[in-house]
Amino acid sequence: MKNLLFTVALFLWSGLVLQAQPIAVGSKAPAFSLKNIDGSTVSLADYAGEKGLFVIFSCNPCPYVKAYEDRMIGLHQEYAPLGYPVVLINPNDPGQQPDDSFEKMKQRAAEKNYPFPYLQDIEQTVYPAYGATRTPEVFLLKNDGDGNFTVAYTGTIDDNYQDEAAVEEKFAANAVQALMAGKQPDPATTRAIGCGIKAKK
Amino acid sequence: MLFFSLLLFPISLFAEKGSGEENVKVVDFAGLEPYLKKSNDTIYVVNFWATWCAPCIKEIPYFEQLGAAYQKDKVKVLMVSLDMANQLQSRLIPFMEKEKMRNEVILLDDPRSNRWIPLVDENWSGVIPATLVYGKGFREFYQKEFTFEELDKIISSLLSN
Repeated sequence: MKNLLFTVALFLWSGLVLQAQPIAVGSKAPAFSLKNIDGSTVSLADYAGEKGLFVIFSCNPCPYVKAYEDRMIGLHQEYAPLGYPVVLINPNDPGQQPDDSFEKMKQRAAEKNYPFPYLQDIEQTVYPAYGATRTPEVFLLKNDGDGNFTVAYTGTIDDNYQDEAAVEEKFAANAVQALMAGKQPDPATTRAIGCGIKAKK
Repeated sequence: MLFFSLLLFPISLFAEKGSGEENVKVVDFAGLEPYLKKSNDTIYVVNFWATWCAPCIKEIPYFEQLGAAYQKDKVKVLMVSLDMANQLQSRLIPFMEKEKMRNEVILLDDPRSNRWIPLVDENWSGVIPATLVYGKGFREFYQKEFTFEELDKIISSLLSN
């Protein structure tokens, strides 16, 4: 009995602290309106003229972001002309991670010549709405044409962060190609190790 | 243990050569998997961490404290590092020395994380720190930061069962 009670207690306790999972594929994508590194405000609604977009939660110092940065730029260069641009959102609290200050974001974007907006989720309201837990984490959104976007794919860019040449499955690219072919991405969700998002304390 | 070392030997050839090689095994997921499903009377605490992960580093002293506190009990703390294998000598081993880590450290060098994350726990999003506690019929996966008191409570309850 003691054992059972303990297990139940532990289950409840772990249930309470269970981390958010990404928003379910097929859900309506949460709106956002955030400050870009050039001082402008970028909203999900600004993409109404596109077929969809990649929302990627990213940051400056994470080694997995650095490993994937060129591939994020590649995704944008390949798919923005086809109607699926990339937008980066930095969800980290600069108080917890000084390398993610607005100034440092500008610097990083300049160094890498980011071809896409790099937004700061300074209020930390957008990443919880998407259920993002780490950087980099990709959400591919499909424009429904009625002012709404639907989440079509969540997860990682491909199956090998270390070595682009050894990639066997380009999950994010395959997902957008499925959308362009009028199909559902398969897999629609993948997982990857990333850097935990730094929440304000 | 010798058996595993022999098994893993070909994999460790890919690791950087150096003085720390005998301290840190470098494995792919197939090499790690046996450590996640041992069935004996020991309680295993398997922490997934990396030197670049700030909340992981914060809880490392608690896992050290746990390993020391239960040294005489059938409790094994295993620290699975997700650092880049090419930074074993330049980053991981210096970090371990600085932190005076005594728990066993294994470096998991397997980039196909979409395959192995669900095999560790089907609910794991891939975020670290994450900790698997198992043994004596118990198995729980935690995607959270621990304090020493929380870890101690889990282990002492399991030992008193």
